[in-house]
Amino acid sequence: MDAFSRAMPAAGFAGGLLIGIAAALMLLGAGRIAGVSGLAARAVGLATAGAPRGVALAFIVGLPLGAAAVAAAVGPIATRFPGSAWTLVVGGLLVGFGTRLGSGCTSGHGVCGLSRLSFRSVVATAVFMASGFATVAAINAMGGGW
Amino acid sequence: MSRQILLALLAGVLFGAGLAISGMADPARVRGFLDLAGTWDPTLAFVMGGALIPMALAWGIRSKLEHPLAAPAFDLPETRRIDARLIAGAAVFGIGWGVAGLCPGPAFAGLAVNAAAAGTFVVAMLAGMALHRLTLAR
Repeated sequence: MDAFSRAMPAAGFAGGLLIGIAAALMLLGAGRIAGVSGLAARAVGLATAGAPRGVALAFIVGLPLGAAAVAAAVGPIATRFPGSAWTLVVGGLLVGFGTRLGSGCTSGHGVCGLSRLSFRSVVATAVFMASGFATVAAINAMGGGW
Repeated sequence: MSRQILLALLAGVLFGAGLAISGMADPARVRGFLDLAGTWDPTLAFVMGGALIPMALAWGIRSKLEHPLAAPAFDLPETRRIDARLIAGAAVFGIGWGVAGLCPGPAFAGLAVNAAAAGTFVVAMLAGMALHRLTLAR
């Protein structure tokens, strides 16, 4: 397949705008960063500081509801998940541990931090992007896949 | 408080809808972005670009507000330190992101699409957060 052939720039940009509007709503309405890893930890009682638990839980519950609403409106969302449960477990453990250690993920450091021109978030985003690129390259080099 | 909860729910719904529309609920597409040497899929860059515009405007508006619309005060991270925790945490997160093609937002949104796979990832992710809490949390 040619590079770019699967890309969906328009839908990506439109969905991105919606994500940005959601994050702006959290910032200007609730006075908080829409960082999913931090809100998730807060929602399940694994973070001592942060949003009130009800606020965190409401945001997290909203995520699958929003995806379900899109599926109900336009039909099934095409996805391909890793086939191996081990891939999901190892990936999940690393994402959970890493996002807490590094104080954020793609939403908190990526969307909210970059738009704030936070140098800390710029560094974090550069590191997790580079780490993600290197990881996929290494898995491919070892002949691994899903 | 109830206004904040409703607002957070609405923000979560919009965020989840944005992930679904943009293709970011699809781990294969995210992995395609991370696969620079393969059939690189740049969609994630367009998503980021789209998301940064409303947020850049929001930060500008925030500086003019005394307090948020539905909360008594802003509660925002003010840490500026670049330390080993930040770097190591981001590096470990990136490895997991590359392994499974999932980060926290799409994992929760994915519960609506593939509950078994996304659920497995979410449980492991929360276990990873608990492990951090038990070991390196300050």
